[in-house]
Amino acid sequence: MDGNKKAFYFLFIPVALWLFILIILPHIDLFLSSFKPNSGEDVYTLENYSAFFADPIYWRTFINTASYAIGVTLLAFVVSFPIAFYLVKVISPKVSGFLMLLLLIPLWIGELVTIYGWVILLGEQGVINESLKFLGLIDHSLPLIYNNLSMTIGLLYMSMLFMIIPIMTTMESLDDAMIEAASDLGASKWTVFRRIVIPHAMPGIINGSIIVFMLVIGDYVAPNILGGKSSLWFTEQIYNQFLSTFNWNQGAAFGFLLLIISSATIWMALRLSGQKLDKVGD
Amino acid sequence: MDHILELRGISKYFGDFVASKDVNMLVEEGEFISVLGPSGCGKTTLLRMIAGFMEESEGDILIKGKSMKGVSPEKRPVNIVFQSLALFPMMNVYENVVFGLKRKKIGKEEARELALDMLHRVGLDGFEKKKISELSGGQKQRVAIARSLVMKPSILLLDEPLSALDRKLREHMKVELKELQKEIGTTFIYITHDQSEALVMSDRVAVMNKGLIEQLDTPHNLYNHPKTAFVAGFVGDNNRFEVASREGEKVVTKRGWKVTKPDLDFDPTVMYIRPEAFIVNPEGEVADSEIFEAEINTVLFDGANTKILVKPEGRDEILIALPQNARFQALKEGDTVRVAVAYDNIKCYKE
Ligand SMILES: Nc1ncnc2c1ncn2[C@@H]1O[C@H](COP(=O)(O)OP(=O)(O)OP(=O)(O)O)[C@@H](O)[C@H]1O
Ligand SMILES: [Mg+2]
Repeated sequence: MDGNKKAFYFLFIPVALWLFILIILPHIDLFLSSFKPNSGEDVYTLENYSAFFADPIYWRTFINTASYAIGVTLLAFVVSFPIAFYLVKVISPKVSGFLMLLLLIPLWIGELVTIYGWVILLGEQGVINESLKFLGLIDHSLPLIYNNLSMTIGLLYMSMLFMIIPIMTTMESLDDAMIEAASDLGASKWTVFRRIVIPHAMPGIINGSIIVFMLVIGDYVAPNILGGKSSLWFTEQIYNQFLSTFNWNQGAAFGFLLLIISSATIWMALRLSGQKLDKVGD
Repeated sequence: MDHILELRGISKYFGDFVASKDVNMLVEEGEFISVLGPSGCGKTTLLRMIAGFMEESEGDILIKGKSMKGVSPEKRPVNIVFQSLALFPMMNVYENVVFGLKRKKIGKEEARELALDMLHRVGLDGFEKKKISELSGGQKQRVAIARSLVMKPSILLLDEPLSALDRKLREHMKVELKELQKEIGTTFIYITHDQSEALVMSDRVAVMNKGLIEQLDTPHNLYNHPKTAFVAGFVGDNNRFEVASREGEKVVTKRGWKVTKPDLDFDPTVMYIRPEAFIVNPEGEVADSEIFEAEINTVLFDGANTKILVKPEGRDEILIALPQNARFQALKEGDTVRVAVAYDNIKCYKE
């Protein structure tokens, strides 16, 4: 065995162990337990999975969560695309580097803290309500928090960056002359975006959408803290199974259902939009 | 009759930097005009102002007699072939060519016919469905030109469209482009830093230096009667001699060569003589010429372009072109030759 190979194994084995012990093993364990009944009998059954379809509260919550996640993903695209375009094509690289840094700050702070930041902003005695009252514009606090709107803001806020960055990356390779050529050929600004800029940025958009969708559908913090009573998120169902009902097997089954159904959703969306998964990595 | 294009005192400043300076130009319909100049002299800047991607700091651009002030690029009757071509890789060849037509209010069938006809003209029959990435350099070139020409612009602007091609293909495309222009009759404004491209293809050439047009003339006049030292040095091969002083009818170079140049009414600082202006071993009497003898330093054999270097003792080195004639085949290093150059071919300038 030569030195190169030794070095390879030396580096590879810890990584493989890490992956196996901390990620693959627990998943296998969870996967197996998702087929065990809550009674503790040592048999394998599908009852945890059928429970999802039997009780409307579960699958309705799931459909609700998934549609919401799709909506937030679309919204994230609509908000992020102009930002990415602006950062890459409109302003000088120096300024855009600085603005990028500002965009990254929420990421360093962590989701929990930034979401509480929104509580401080939107709360009944929050910054916005108090300011408006101080200015005499309102008498009573506006219901800004604990509803779908505040939850959407929170979800958007924590996931947007993951849409902006992939789009920026693909946008950087867009030759400015291509935009000029299109407008030289008589294309309006809107046509330039629709026919040139968006198709060019498509791999980035798909990439960003997958990440945002996954982040949003699997998020727990924003729906829990900023959402209202009615905005029940599927992750909260899983949480309840584990920590309220102590039905770990049921929770595991829900976890895997979330993984499988959301992956299937992405796969279907890719098929419908005619994109190929291998192109997404470009 | 209005000119198809008129530039009236166009200047462009980037801060303190002058990219174009008082550019004036009158272009006739159907002309092939080249803008020739070294890298960074402001050629692209001028073109972008005509296309409308950049606004001139001073002056006015008129197309068919209409001022283009405040007219956006998509509304101007000009189209541009970019230095980088800027084809749309997300579309196939046909979609690229029909892109502009779709923006116009014409029928789908008509647009299709026009696009296919243009592809036929540039020799790309059967390429409609090909992806841009599947094309060779020359084919991409043709798609870019077809995409612009199909719009029937009043003026087609081309920004060094051949610079990305290899030498062989460039020579070929040069001829093809000229023929296409003749056939279609569109006015071409062609930017290049390659003087051979400019001379071969154009009806007139504007030689540009540091944002200034030094001379706008036919290739013939540019070559034979350059108006400034820059043009003399930039267009074609030339011998340059630094001039020290003038003594009556004689010009004295810094190296001490005294050359007769009658009828000068100013004190020149440089003198240019083309390599082919020298006559080697002239037979019989030559009138109105400077005549000298020199030893051959080097023979630079290059087939039809064979040249010799002579260096008369203590004086400037001179590059001389040899005519393709059996008489000169035997010349070799160390031979002494008699050389004559007509006074008319000695060009003096004050820089
Ligand atoms: N937007 C700009 N801001 C500042 N300076 C510029 C700008 N665009 C061009 N310049 C400067 O103007 C000068 C002329 O540029 P231009 O692109 O017109 O040159 P060019 O003749 O086309 O050169 P090349 O043959 O290399 O393409 C250059 O020195 C360039 O640095
Ligand atoms: Mg240029």
